[in-house]
Amino acid sequence: MYRAPIFRLCEITGLRVDRTGERLIRANAVAAVVAFLTAVVGALLLVLTRWQTVHLLPAEWYYRILTLHGVNALIFWIVFFEIAGLYFGSTIVLNSPFCAPKTGWFAFGLTVAGFLLTNAMILSGQADVLMTSYVPLQAHPLYYLGIILFALGALVGVFLFFGNLMVARQAGMYGATLPLFTYGLAAAAIIAVITLVSGAIIYVPTLLWAMGVLPKLDAALYKLVWWGLGHPAQQINVSAMVAVWYLAAYLTVGGMSVNERISRIAFLLYILFICLASAHHLLTDPAVSSVWKVWNTSYAMYLAVLASMIHAFAVPASIEAAQRARGYTRGLFQWLAKAPWGNPTFSATVLAIIGFGFIGGITGVIYGMEQTNIIVHNTLGIPGHFKGTVVLGTTLTFMGITYYLIPLVFRRRIVGMGLARLQPWMFAIGIALLAVSMIGLGVLGVPRRHWDIGFSMAPFRHSFPAVADLLWVLFALGGLMAVLGALLWIGIVVASVFFGPRLQGAEDMPLPIATPVRTQHSSTGKFVAPGTFVLTLVFLATFLVFFWLNWKWLAAAWEVR
Amino acid sequence: MSLQPPAEGWYETPVARDERSWVAVATVVCLCLYVWMIGWHIYGRQNPSSISYRIEPAEYMQLHTAWVPRYQIGEENGVPVVAPPPGSDVFLLGQMWRWAPVLVLQKGQEYTFHLASVDLLHGFSLQPVNMNFMVYPGYDYVLRFRPTETGEFTVMCNEFCGIGHHMMTGKIYVVENAAELEQLRQRFQAPQQ
Repeated sequence: MYRAPIFRLCEITGLRVDRTGERLIRANAVAAVVAFLTAVVGALLLVLTRWQTVHLLPAEWYYRILTLHGVNALIFWIVFFEIAGLYFGSTIVLNSPFCAPKTGWFAFGLTVAGFLLTNAMILSGQADVLMTSYVPLQAHPLYYLGIILFALGALVGVFLFFGNLMVARQAGMYGATLPLFTYGLAAAAIIAVITLVSGAIIYVPTLLWAMGVLPKLDAALYKLVWWGLGHPAQQINVSAMVAVWYLAAYLTVGGMSVNERISRIAFLLYILFICLASAHHLLTDPAVSSVWKVWNTSYAMYLAVLASMIHAFAVPASIEAAQRARGYTRGLFQWLAKAPWGNPTFSATVLAIIGFGFIGGITGVIYGMEQTNIIVHNTLGIPGHFKGTVVLGTTLTFMGITYYLIPLVFRRRIVGMGLARLQPWMFAIGIALLAVSMIGLGVLGVPRRHWDIGFSMAPFRHSFPAVADLLWVLFALGGLMAVLGALLWIGIVVASVFFGPRLQGAEDMPLPIATPVRTQHSSTGKFVAPGTFVLTLVFLATFLVFFWLNWKWLAAAWEVR
Repeated sequence: MSLQPPAEGWYETPVARDERSWVAVATVVCLCLYVWMIGWHIYGRQNPSSISYRIEPAEYMQLHTAWVPRYQIGEENGVPVVAPPPGSDVFLLGQMWRWAPVLVLQKGQEYTFHLASVDLLHGFSLQPVNMNFMVYPGYDYVLRFRPTETGEFTVMCNEFCGIGHHMMTGKIYVVENAAELEQLRQRFQAPQQ
């Protein structure tokens, strides 16, 4: 049944806001924060357990909380936030109504039911299988059902996003193509469909197997298809995160992509080439050949890597070009020095770009090569890598953009703006320290997902080099600092959303929306962002050093063929 | 402009020189990475094998139990110690929560390892060499190892396999020559006499 949308006019952006859509965005964002809090509490317990000077949790609870942390951080928090983002980008940004609000609430109900059921099963000790739940490890059927419900709700949400786009298109809200931010979200949504379908293909048989209907599931087949969910799911994050980077560059300094065509091609590369990147989770596995591994990691992954490298230039370049157009043209880096560092969205975005590239990106590419994977597979270096991508990259980016979304969507002022300016730094430095020490421990061979590397009850003991003790202290320091930064963000968000002073008008907007600067460049012989160009070359040099180190370490290992 | 559709003519806008150069450099790097992996298969000495067989866990268990006594030289901490001849097959077993047997290998000699589990997934993690491979139930992963150094090495499990996961360790000794092997044989036989 058609319902006439009720709009309010936003005096800050001049956009028409569909109130029903806005309520759905709020609900999903609140659920995201609840999931994030769960993940952060888990993270605190895990840091204090793996740092064996404290060794807080008993073994059983360590593996249980590890499952809880993984599922909430990597799935619930991020997907809830992304659904809120998809709704935002397809309604408010496009000046357009929400296509089917009742279905939107139905989808929200499914995701919340899945969230509650999954967490209940984990905490009641009936799903100590870690996030990956590798068969033949078996959880209670209701655990798998919880995940399926959540994925189903998310899938409905993604289709509502497409519905919103259709409504906006028919109403002529955008011309030939979408705004870049929504375009990036659309890429994320398309990857989400592929991902969630892979998830259904593997979780439905697993549920049937757990119920005893199917007698057996092949362990290698499970891992292959599961990563068809597990890896592209992170690519949804990457795509959504990059879309938010472009949005943040626009809001904070008025930056616009220096070349829309290149930025869009890069998003297209994500859609086309990311799916088989799941292959790099099977590089040291039997059942698949080297030809399969090399082809599927490089053909698919490197074109996706290329996409990220393109954005790595394009996003900072958009900031640099806007700053230069404002007159900050002295030297290579005046544009960066004179950037609005006091704006937490800006600092969060820049820190996320650096962290994602230098920590997550470099390790990701090198660890994802067939042979170097031998010396890192399942070591602590792997979670070290994705602390760089998913936490320092995606999570910090999402945190940063909330400082605009709270006033714009929740119509509240930010409580504790001084602390908010500090928060991205605290979280970023904490996670960076945590990730780098984990990568270092991984080099020493310390396993991930392990309760006792003192091996006190094992038949044979192993001691790691003494430098590991120092790295564990840094690990704990970084972990605790990141937890504090995360709790600070949650505190600011909750205080602002529920108790913050209501926004009365445009003058209450706590962070300015920069006026866009049109940066025309017509000749191809010009540099639009020389500072960024130099920074990307520094990145490349760092990459080559780490590349060389890892292959040297590999060459020192036993021979194997 | 990320919040509005792009301006007229966006598709034809020429790419700036720096962006064009960066995309070119990035593409070349990606292609080099691809060629590098293939090159390492030809020139490098550490490559995962492409050999694996389907095998029922019970059948693998039989192979393992038939093989252990053939070259057993003793026992350490309740785990059999096996010294397979160079060039022969090694049937390493991953089981909740132990690696069996303890191996005595000779430096510079190649051994055909079979890695398989009889229950859950396990992670074969050889330390401090830091080489890691997955071990599956239902699959025999064939890897030909050639130890390049002598010493005592730990095999730990780095794939979660239940509550005893962290207690799952094993051991590999690598000796220089036959004389050293004889010393180890006497050491492990001693407690049983």
